[in-house]
Amino acid sequence: MEMNQYLSIFIDEANEHLQSLNENMLRLEQQPEDISIVQIIFRSAHTLKGMSASMGFEDLASLTHEMENVLDLVRNDKLKMNGHIFDTLFKCLDSLEGMVQDVVGGGTGSADVKELVSQLKQIVKGEPAAPAAAGQAAAAPGASELAMVATHLLLDQYQLSVLRQSIENGSPAFHIEVVIREDCLLKGVRAYMVFDALDRNGELVKSHPSVQDIEQEQFGHQFSVYYISRIPQQELQDTLDKISELESVSIVPLDLESLSELDESRASEQQIQEAVQQVAATAAAPSPASATTDKPNKPAAADAPPARAPAAAPVANKTIRVDIERLDSLMNLFSELLIDRVRLEQLASEVRRNDLTETVEHMARVSSDLQNIVLKLRMVPVDSVFNRFPRMVRDLAKSLGKKLDLVITGAETELDRTVIDEIGDPLVHLIRNSVDHGVETIEGRREAGKPETGVVNLRAFHSGNHVFIEIEDDGRGINQPKVLDIAVKKGIVSPEEAKKLSDDEINMLLFAPGFSTADKISDISGRGVGLDVVKSKIESLGGVVSVTSKSGQGSKWSIQLPLTLSIITAMLVKLGSEKFAIPLSSIVETGIVKRSAIRDLHGSKVIEYRNSIVPVLSLAAVLDSPDYTEENEQETEMLVIRKGEKLAAVLVDELIGQSEIVLKTLGKYLTNLDVISGATILGDGQVALIVDPNALIK
Amino acid sequence: MAEDFKVIVFTLAHEEYGIEVDHVRTIERMTPVTRVPKTPAFVKGVINLRGVVVPVIDLRSRFGLPESEPTENSRIIIVAANELEVGFIVDSANDVIDLNTDMVENPPEVVGGIKAKYLSGVAKFGESRLLILLNLSEVLNRSEIIQLEQFGA
Repeated sequence: MEMNQYLSIFIDEANEHLQSLNENMLRLEQQPEDISIVQIIFRSAHTLKGMSASMGFEDLASLTHEMENVLDLVRNDKLKMNGHIFDTLFKCLDSLEGMVQDVVGGGTGSADVKELVSQLKQIVKGEPAAPAAAGQAAAAPGASELAMVATHLLLDQYQLSVLRQSIENGSPAFHIEVVIREDCLLKGVRAYMVFDALDRNGELVKSHPSVQDIEQEQFGHQFSVYYISRIPQQELQDTLDKISELESVSIVPLDLESLSELDESRASEQQIQEAVQQVAATAAAPSPASATTDKPNKPAAADAPPARAPAAAPVANKTIRVDIERLDSLMNLFSELLIDRVRLEQLASEVRRNDLTETVEHMARVSSDLQNIVLKLRMVPVDSVFNRFPRMVRDLAKSLGKKLDLVITGAETELDRTVIDEIGDPLVHLIRNSVDHGVETIEGRREAGKPETGVVNLRAFHSGNHVFIEIEDDGRGINQPKVLDIAVKKGIVSPEEAKKLSDDEINMLLFAPGFSTADKISDISGRGVGLDVVKSKIESLGGVVSVTSKSGQGSKWSIQLPLTLSIITAMLVKLGSEKFAIPLSSIVETGIVKRSAIRDLHGSKVIEYRNSIVPVLSLAAVLDSPDYTEENEQETEMLVIRKGEKLAAVLVDELIGQSEIVLKTLGKYLTNLDVISGATILGDGQVALIVDPNALIK
Repeated sequence: MAEDFKVIVFTLAHEEYGIEVDHVRTIERMTPVTRVPKTPAFVKGVINLRGVVVPVIDLRSRFGLPESEPTENSRIIIVAANELEVGFIVDSANDVIDLNTDMVENPPEVVGGIKAKYLSGVAKFGESRLLILLNLSEVLNRSEIIQLEQFGA
């Protein structure tokens, strides 16, 4: 399926989060009073939930959602951790691990989480621990219903609630059974045509067998789906009837009543399964009688996972994760090699022996290929992060009943792998935020006189030494009075301070810890975890996040990220004995200016450049050059640089030429050097400083 | 509670100084230093240390001693402390010795014109040799740079 390429990332990240959850839970058990640990756990759970939901693993998502509810209470001091809560949460972690392992083995990651979910719900309600036995006693009444519903059609809680919501919203939901003719040669293709028709007219909630299995023709001659339709039953029937080689299509509408029956049978199914498990636990081997009589349609729970595992190939080893530090040291070792290469070339030209020269030339070619690879290893197009968003936005829009287009531009923009790895979570938060809070409902948009379909723009682009990622929606914008109101209520600012804040400062309040403007907590966003995490994450990457908003017209979230270790094309210039690099992206033009063309205007030097007046800067003066000044020259080389709309002419001694350079930081000891943004190592091993053109134009 | 430890011995203006071996990454010969504008005078610039750009400070001028031209014996000692990596230009570095905490005394107020806060102690060893031990975290204290930047600006 189309998600496969992200699956390995999901697995890696999910395992990391589970690991961190386990570790921090253990730490918390030692220090139950430490709320900061709860915060960490909460964030991990929150991220895991988001990831699972966007990958379509509903059981994972619903369990983490309930865990989050509990943790939220703890974090806000409304609930004290005790042994029971710890036990339950640890059980949840075990269950989550099981599900992730299932995904690793090629499974669907589904598991029965109802018991844990209800335990968590009880904790949230403040009810005392329910003994595990209580659930079993209630098993009997539901059992009679079992016959009605085949086990494989059982829906998990999340799917049930989706169906229920859509019925409540007036979109019809159906249970559709399709039987394909026995003599059909390409049943997979027929099934695909059915799904294609369904996809165009509504949303698939669950299919049995799974879509993946059906696509691989791993099914008999029939399959069934739960489906939310945008078109009436008759039309749907007509559409499906047009597909040839189908034996029959039966469409049964679902209503709330039948759904609740499904729910009950699901519950009893689960309880019986539990009973089976208990039998399995007490007896050495599960009694075949109890397994078959209680549940004829399904093998005993213990047998299920191994049976499923070989169905699909394991997907875990598609990528290798390499410690970024190893890439760093690879890079450093390579730079050393490069310096030796330059030295060797020099020696070879002195020695003038043909075989030596040939060897050195060959080495030079190999090393420049190697250089390309080493540099590219670290650079990844943002596409690898952006790719998963269309699906996410689509699902979000569906569940919120909104119409939305996600427009992605600049997905080819490359970013350092470190940044790519970290930027996913913050972007998920911001996009969810825009979809949930920013864009209005269909009715809301109609009232505001906007097109029904909202637009969320996701852009990435290079500018100077930075990469910008922007998320812009055309929704209702930020409700500033409400933001202020909440900030004051939550004690983030005092009422006196609130009066003095500028619009931008008010917007920045959204990033304060514990802030949320949503009236009610939704599954999507609005707990107030999102934005402060986003901010701290981006700051830890050395970036800046800001938001601008126009009431009624939408808001724009802008993330500015440094090009930490990446390659840029730069113009190398000389000032006397020193060399500097200026990023080519800021340079508009190079040229020569006559001394006489520089004029004084209000005490500052300017030249006329393409019919406009441009200020003139002496790079030598800005950088305190020890052995060069352009004062005595009749003609001076200049660079015209641009920052936004502003231009400036920078005078330099000599232009050496353009070159691909690797950005390096100056280290932590030297910071706040406004004009110098970093350094690079030239071919001869010398360090050249990189001038930040943005700092030159004030 | 006497503990043994090793120090790297280097000289500055004919005095012998020591830095604990644990803090020393490598000792390099003088290499070309790239000047970094808008920094205090004692920051000589940056060097390319096997692909990593490392700032270098002249320890003589850091301590207010008269600067001198680098010689054959001059070395750059790369130290790491406070999560910083910095090179010290010194007159020479040629010895590693074993010391014991018993041999270390508190520094007098002023040693060879260097403020006591940059020193962690004075060790007597051998036949009346004195070794001045540096307090690296004070020598690398960034707040001082920031102050200097403010005065300089």
